[in-house]
Amino acid sequence: MEIKEIIREENLVYKRTPLMTDATLSYCPGCGHGTIHHLIMEVVEEMGIQSDTIGIAPVGCSVIAYDFMDVDFTQAAHGRAPAVATGIKRLWPDKFVFTYQGDGDLAAIGTAETIHACNRGENITIFFVNNGIYGMTGGQMAPTTLEGMKSSTSPYGRNSEAMGPPYKITEMIARLSGTYYVTRQAVHKPGPVRKSKKAIRKALEIQRDKKGISFIEFVSNCNSGWKMTPNDSNIWMEENMFPFYPMGDIKVDGKLVNG
Amino acid sequence: MKELALMKGNEAIAEAAIRAGVDAYFGYPITPQSEVMEYLTLQKPEERTGMIVLQAESEVASINMVYGAAGTGKKVMTSSSSPGISLMQEGISYIAGAELPCLIVNVVRGGPGLGTIQPSQADYFQATKGGGHGDYRLFVLAPASVQEMADFVDFGFEMAFKYRNPVLILTDGLIGQMMEKVELSPQKQRVEEFDQSWVTTGKTDDRERNIITSLNLDPDRQYEHNLKLQEKYRSMKQNVMFEKIDCDDAEFLLVAYGSSARICQKVVDITRNRGKKIGLLRPQTLYPFPTDEIARLARKVKGMLAVELSAGQMVEDVKLAVNGRVPVYHYGMLGGKIHSPEDVLSAVEEKFIGGF
Repeated sequence: MEIKEIIREENLVYKRTPLMTDATLSYCPGCGHGTIHHLIMEVVEEMGIQSDTIGIAPVGCSVIAYDFMDVDFTQAAHGRAPAVATGIKRLWPDKFVFTYQGDGDLAAIGTAETIHACNRGENITIFFVNNGIYGMTGGQMAPTTLEGMKSSTSPYGRNSEAMGPPYKITEMIARLSGTYYVTRQAVHKPGPVRKSKKAIRKALEIQRDKKGISFIEFVSNCNSGWKMTPNDSNIWMEENMFPFYPMGDIKVDGKLVNG
Repeated sequence: MKELALMKGNEAIAEAAIRAGVDAYFGYPITPQSEVMEYLTLQKPEERTGMIVLQAESEVASINMVYGAAGTGKKVMTSSSSPGISLMQEGISYIAGAELPCLIVNVVRGGPGLGTIQPSQADYFQATKGGGHGDYRLFVLAPASVQEMADFVDFGFEMAFKYRNPVLILTDGLIGQMMEKVELSPQKQRVEEFDQSWVTTGKTDDRERNIITSLNLDPDRQYEHNLKLQEKYRSMKQNVMFEKIDCDDAEFLLVAYGSSARICQKVVDITRNRGKKIGLLRPQTLYPFPTDEIARLARKVKGMLAVELSAGQMVEDVKLAVNGRVPVYHYGMLGGKIHSPEDVLSAVEEKFIGGF
């Protein structure tokens, strides 16, 4: 039996979306970015919206996200992706515009742009990857770094008294009237991956229906920055990140879930 | 039939923007240019032409909205004043690096820091030498009247799209706030069909994806990109613009732009009435700078005086053009104060004429 006979359409259980390019991912093995990229592109493919989709790449590990996702892209200055997305969306109101940002980009230097784009209810989608660290620059403390967590600029652990505590920007923006759908997901296991994909689909459908901003936080790992094996980093994430950043919907159909 | 109006310079920029068919304006209030956005919002441009006007949360956000919107290939602009323009510099550098067309207006006030809200020309270096990080230039226009404030909007966009580069209108609170007669251009329709080969519209099967970026991690690619940009900046020379007033038989030359040029025009009138041959060269583009014309005039005159509302910025470009052929002096006023024609006249007498 030849390989072509085995890989027939009816035998396929999974295939790589053609909307991921052939470029080799620049992310560390074990990192969640690649999975999130795939999920977004799978949804764009399934919705048939590639020719109407524009992504905004941040500054951080995913600065060259445009090398991997086969859609038009604008690369934004550090933290400014929601402002850049606003400019594009206001001029192309019928296009799908999403930002893809890390925690340093979105929740530190870009806090103002994040909050005000959400408050205006810009009809865009924000994908927020929170791994509690600045990955690209070498593992420095992020606004989302947990209390006591070690990083290259908090080598003895984050001391909230001196450095400020970690904060939950996702819960903050959920309280703004401009946000329509706010959820927190993960991609470290098949179950969460399936839920994440559903959330991405829902977010882009909300944008299609012009209902306001949709915001998905992915709590993810940074095994290199956390100095763990990929598997250990996922276990550590479940045990330490999830209690502080709990999974699930925060705002659905414009209403707070626990509001 | 001519359509005449009496307007402030800032209002003329706003009205001209609507009439030029500008697609979007993103801004943030700051004195002395707030009339631009006030006028725009009052005019309901969304009804007049479909133009979008959005007040951003900061100048940082404004310029990044411009960056995103410029990547759609449409006509987009912002305006601000000195401290706000300083905040925009990172974004302007990105726009230059990514080679996007847009229009930026700086209604300059006195600095450094929060400074004063009064007129100044102290942002010349920032405007003409890049301003933000990296080797880049803006195409810089310097209006000297409310009429030019209006005219340079449309012309600015012509240059922005010709060179795929940000264009800066460098003016000040004097021109921005004063009222003058202005002849308004007829209304242009917003352009619906335009070159979309490089813009972000969504990738279709018949082309590769379009990426708007200023990032070139590979130094060889960045090197090639820098060479290409420098070639573009040099080519802007073909659009150098200046006005010559009484230069043909001049023995001494004043060089001044914008509001200083208005004052110098009076100085030329006074000295000519006294039989002294003084001329005025008024750069209308500060980048490209009229280097060749100044070099040519340096062979004819005995000296030049650069007159600016600064401690001496444009004078450096005048000296580079003159290249030591004749003495080049500077007369400047600081702190938001404006020199009178008599002030400049004293300097002219002291440097050139020795009393008359």
